[in-house]
Amino acid sequence: MTIYLLRRLFLLGTVLLGLSIFAFSLGYLFPGDPLQNFSGLRYLDDSTREQLTLAYRLDGSYLQQYLAFIQRLWHGDWGLSLASQQPLLTEIRQVLPATLELTSYALLVSFFVGIPLGILAAIKPDGVIGKAISAIAITGYSLPIFWWGLLLIMVFAVGLGWFPSGGRLGVLYEIPPQTGFMLVDILLSDVSYRQAALQDALRHLLLPTLALATFPTTVMIRFVRDAMLDVWEQSYIKTAKAKGLSRLQVLYRHGLRNALLPVIRQIGLQFSTLITLAMLTEVIFSWPGIGRWLIDSIYQRNFPAIQAGLMIISVLVITVNMLTEILHTFFNPLARKR
Amino acid sequence: MKYLSCLSLLCVALLGGCSRDQGPLREGGLVYCAEGSPEHFNPQRVTSGTTIDIISQQLYDRLLDIDPQSGDLLPALASSWQRSADGRTYEFQLRPDVQFHQTHYFTPSRPLQAADVVFTFNRILQPDHPFHAVGGAVYPYFQSVDWTALVTEVRATGPLTVQFQLSRPDSSFLSNLATDFAAILSAEYAGQLLASGRPAQIDSLPVGTGPFFFREYQKDVLVRFYRHANYWRGEAAMAQLVFDIVPNNARRMAKLLTHECDIIAYPRLAELALITERPDVRVQESTSMNVGFWAFNTRKAPFDNVKVRQALSLAINQRAILQAVYFNQATAARSVLPPTSWAFNPQIPLHEYNPQRARELLAEAGYGNGFNMNIWAMPVQRLYNPNALKMAELLQADLAQIGVNASIVSYEWNAFRRRLSQGEHDSVLIGWAADNADPDNFFRPLLSCAAADSGSNRALWCDPVFDRMINQALLTSDQQQRRSYYLAAQQYLHNELPLVAMAHSQRIQALNSQVEGVSINPYGGIALFQARRVQP
Repeated sequence: MTIYLLRRLFLLGTVLLGLSIFAFSLGYLFPGDPLQNFSGLRYLDDSTREQLTLAYRLDGSYLQQYLAFIQRLWHGDWGLSLASQQPLLTEIRQVLPATLELTSYALLVSFFVGIPLGILAAIKPDGVIGKAISAIAITGYSLPIFWWGLLLIMVFAVGLGWFPSGGRLGVLYEIPPQTGFMLVDILLSDVSYRQAALQDALRHLLLPTLALATFPTTVMIRFVRDAMLDVWEQSYIKTAKAKGLSRLQVLYRHGLRNALLPVIRQIGLQFSTLITLAMLTEVIFSWPGIGRWLIDSIYQRNFPAIQAGLMIISVLVITVNMLTEILHTFFNPLARKR
Repeated sequence: MKYLSCLSLLCVALLGGCSRDQGPLREGGLVYCAEGSPEHFNPQRVTSGTTIDIISQQLYDRLLDIDPQSGDLLPALASSWQRSADGRTYEFQLRPDVQFHQTHYFTPSRPLQAADVVFTFNRILQPDHPFHAVGGAVYPYFQSVDWTALVTEVRATGPLTVQFQLSRPDSSFLSNLATDFAAILSAEYAGQLLASGRPAQIDSLPVGTGPFFFREYQKDVLVRFYRHANYWRGEAAMAQLVFDIVPNNARRMAKLLTHECDIIAYPRLAELALITERPDVRVQESTSMNVGFWAFNTRKAPFDNVKVRQALSLAINQRAILQAVYFNQATAARSVLPPTSWAFNPQIPLHEYNPQRARELLAEAGYGNGFNMNIWAMPVQRLYNPNALKMAELLQADLAQIGVNASIVSYEWNAFRRRLSQGEHDSVLIGWAADNADPDNFFRPLLSCAAADSGSNRALWCDPVFDRMINQALLTSDQQQRRSYYLAAQQYLHNELPLVAMAHSQRIQALNSQVEGVSINPYGGIALFQARRVQP
């Protein structure tokens, strides 16, 4: 197991190294002045230019420049956003939690809805319920999210008026940002309208979570169903049945545990898709997360922000992938041996 | 299945918990959905209508105000004023006990004094003033009215009296003081900022005397103001005012329908029919002080020939343009001055559409076989011309009827304006929005010889007769006499036609039916001081 972990960590290190080299080279690959791309300063006078050239080692070799770049990253100096002239790390700290919040709620929904429905569909795959669930799953799977999101807004916000059409919280509620996670911030705040704000935040959450959760939930349903059907054919299930265990016991003790193992791995694989979909959801629902921020940055040709955003998102995806992989191996002795 | 029912229970709880309009804050708060972010929080430094709408009337007061109905000047921070016999000295008596905002970054120790007014205007006037160039500040409105050449000195003659010295009599001077740009700042706040070495903060964390004070600004997200408790006109009805920044037109409309916005700026004309049927929202409109026009480059042949200009004017169908481009949300223009102006000349006939006569005039001018020309269509959407490209296409079709072959030209907005100033165009579709109620604001920047040199005269038209008329109008303060000069000037324009005025568009906003006390000010930014929520 230790060797396995070391191997994984080594792989993670290599990928991060490659990623940082790529991010560094973007400073040169983007159009414009590399000094501006690295620092994000809109106006550079001669003295700051000189200072920065020295600090960034732009007069030295590429290797020296890269090392200086890594050092800056490590010390939290990620440069400024060209558009707002605010430190990028501060901006990312404001927008990333919003994305994580939305994504994690969508993931939770996909577990709590997807897994039970998948099992239900697998119990009698040819029954009415099984067929219906499969039909719903395939429909949800094929819905393009931008269309689905807009449809939800049209029906439930504009048409019926049950939910707000976008944003994280009604603008009249003033909640001081502390963690960046809205629900947590509301609970931490000491405002008189905490209860109402919480309710309002939940109402804002519902539609985007629903839109974003649709894809992973349907994937989960199909995956769990197939895994269950697969496990059901295994000989140890037949043995368990022959032992005289009840259907539920077989399902719980032998079926589920084995069928759900690959699900852990599935989360890691789904995560990058989920982040991409989250970006689209953020744009549709005016959710102030990192996806919308990154897309705005692309429109504004805000190169330092694109560079930093790409780095953060890739590190996030790679780390989650790696973690789920490790977890999967941890729970599955078979995979460890391989 | 258990989870599904949990989820639906949650739905019910969320929906049932509060019906959507009864949030506790909603009673005392108003949400205005704006089309863009403010550039700064100092009206002196901007001309963009978006910024002015958000900051000017909410945070600040001016020495004088304009009555939105009559266009007359009203006392504001100045309770009275005198003009000297030679018209070159103005003295203002300031209102006592006007309090500045108390915010988390500034606590005022004294009410408004003459020093504040002197500071406000010296910042613009004196190039060596410590705040003149702070943050790269420029003062575009004051430059456009040539303020530094007009005002020679501003000084306090008492704790509550201020004197302005002018280099020449100018009857539009008071109107300029009443524009949204002439907001009064706090000298005490500026002094504190200078002492602490943060002068640039004066334009990002504002302090004024207006009905609301600044609380927070999240770029591209929202601007939050709270009610100024010691406002000299009395407290505003709304405790909180939020400007939600929603650049997307469709999304702004959706937010109005879901009641997330109480007021939205600039609904799309094509969508107005959709909301007029709903009882919960209503539409307000008012003819703005603006004009969309088609200007000919009078320095180029054949447009230097008045007969050609008249022929081109007769060839176009103004009514069709009003319908297709403005969706009939505009008043047909007779001359550059809108009918709401006191100097409007009702004698000028409505635009005539007569292609037959146009062909005859062209033949008389020696262009019986027509000619080629270009129409420059501005690439941006403005109130005075919501769709210049479409207008250009309509003109193109009309001109083809009289044998004139027109091509349409457009560039990116900055390049477009630069090339226009260089006179590269044959004709251009553009317009003008006035900043104050004075008729001079239409004639001088658009058609004077000085404007032809500085570039804002898109017809590059310079006529000494016309210039004399508008100059004489400024030298007198007798309104009847001024009016007669302007009537004559409009008649002269009608004969010479350096430009064809198309339309005075209406400014439109849509608002929740529960909101009262909001109206469109034809002379400037929206004022939300009197906005209040009533139960229908």
